[in-house]
Amino acid sequence: MSGGFFAQYGGEIATLTMEHLWLTGAAMLLATGIAVPTGIWLTRAPRWAQPILTVANVLQTIPSLAMFGFLLPLPWLGERAARIAILALTAYALLPILRNTYAGIRGIDPAVTEVARALGLTGRQRLFKVELPLAASFILAGLRTATVTCVGIATIAAAVGAGGLGELIFRGVASVDNRLVLAGAVPAALLALAADAGLGFLERIFRTPSH
Amino acid sequence: MDVASASKALPAAIEFHHVCFATQQGRLLLDNISLSLEPGTTTAILGRSGSGKTTLLRSVNRMIEPSSGDVYVDGKSVREADVIALRRGIGYVIQETGLFPHFTVERNVGLVLEVEGRGRVERLRRSHELLTAVGLDPASFAHRSPHQLSGGQRQRVGLARALAAEPKILLMDEPFGALDPLTRAEMQDMLRDLMDRLGKTVLLVTHDLDEALHLAHRIVLLEGGRLIANLEPAEFLASSQPEITAYAQAFHRGERRRGGHA
Repeated sequence: MSGGFFAQYGGEIATLTMEHLWLTGAAMLLATGIAVPTGIWLTRAPRWAQPILTVANVLQTIPSLAMFGFLLPLPWLGERAARIAILALTAYALLPILRNTYAGIRGIDPAVTEVARALGLTGRQRLFKVELPLAASFILAGLRTATVTCVGIATIAAAVGAGGLGELIFRGVASVDNRLVLAGAVPAALLALAADAGLGFLERIFRTPSH
Repeated sequence: MDVASASKALPAAIEFHHVCFATQQGRLLLDNISLSLEPGTTTAILGRSGSGKTTLLRSVNRMIEPSSGDVYVDGKSVREADVIALRRGIGYVIQETGLFPHFTVERNVGLVLEVEGRGRVERLRRSHELLTAVGLDPASFAHRSPHQLSGGQRQRVGLARALAAEPKILLMDEPFGALDPLTRAEMQDMLRDLMDRLGKTVLLVTHDLDEALHLAHRIVLLEGGRLIANLEPAEFLASSQPEITAYAQAFHRGERRRGGHA
């Protein structure tokens, strides 16, 4: 790649990277906001766990291009491509976060939750002082899987005009210019690796030592 | 016993009144148990696994609700008590300890005070005081994590935690069952000294006859959810009731076989 290429596309790569981050970040916040409370609720109402996890599972099996296509004709959403992209990415992120929140809390040593109850901790106190801290590394692991997956899927969002690094990839494919394809793919891969490393670090911090 | 007879006028610390408990499948785990515990005494519940010991213990702090009958603590039905306040007023110790693995030892011990909103200084002072009382030097143990402790040390921390809010009642479910015999003996001695000093009412589930004889003022034997006996230790040993002799004979078999002292 020549210096001329970066002179020409450097600014655009930076803008599209920020756009990519915004799409993925917004989707992660939304998905966490939905999936963590839902996961907690499922530990209180375990008979709903199977059906709800199945729904999240099915969402994840929808091919991403089809998902963007389905959302396109919807009224408010269709107006702005970014809305479609964020909603679709949220749908993909739900399962890993939901599953890990549920499994993380259910996996806590029953003796610990039993004692938390018997010592007279209220439901809230049990959740915030015992269950969430002990499940934190699990929940973060789910968030990490979801983030890495969504950074990749977000490149497809360019197909519906939502922007992001996929823009360069699609343009590169159309004009048979591998430099453009790489200009989109390499930053996207680096974003995924950075998210993986960052969240992996947090995950290790929150891991509780066991005997 | 002295403490018991001196406090006859007071309401029983714990009273089980025709308590029954059936599982959802309809299996009767507790069959019409009536029993009364005098304040400041230790009562051991003996019985084989599945005899209903733990279920009976858990009905006191409403970890389970009896199908029928009533449990009274300090003369008041636990059904009418606020369950959170009831539980905070009753110490709870189990074999698995259930120490919070993400908290230090001192925070584990002070947790009940923490959730009651007491100040940090008071919590730490109380926590260190209790660690000393159960034989752990706060200077070297307060900041450790539970996974850095031996089984006996963990059990000591569990006991200190149960005592933090100065409960009048202590429920102990096979607290020393997982310990080696020497550590167990040390723990039993420590507990006995502590109880002599603090005057708590203790309900101790065990299947170790020796432990019951060592620690308890009364021994209760359950079998198949039914109360078979409720006796003082000396009476228990002297009893010729078949269920009791069968239970007693399950101990020290090796000694008898070797022509030993039993």
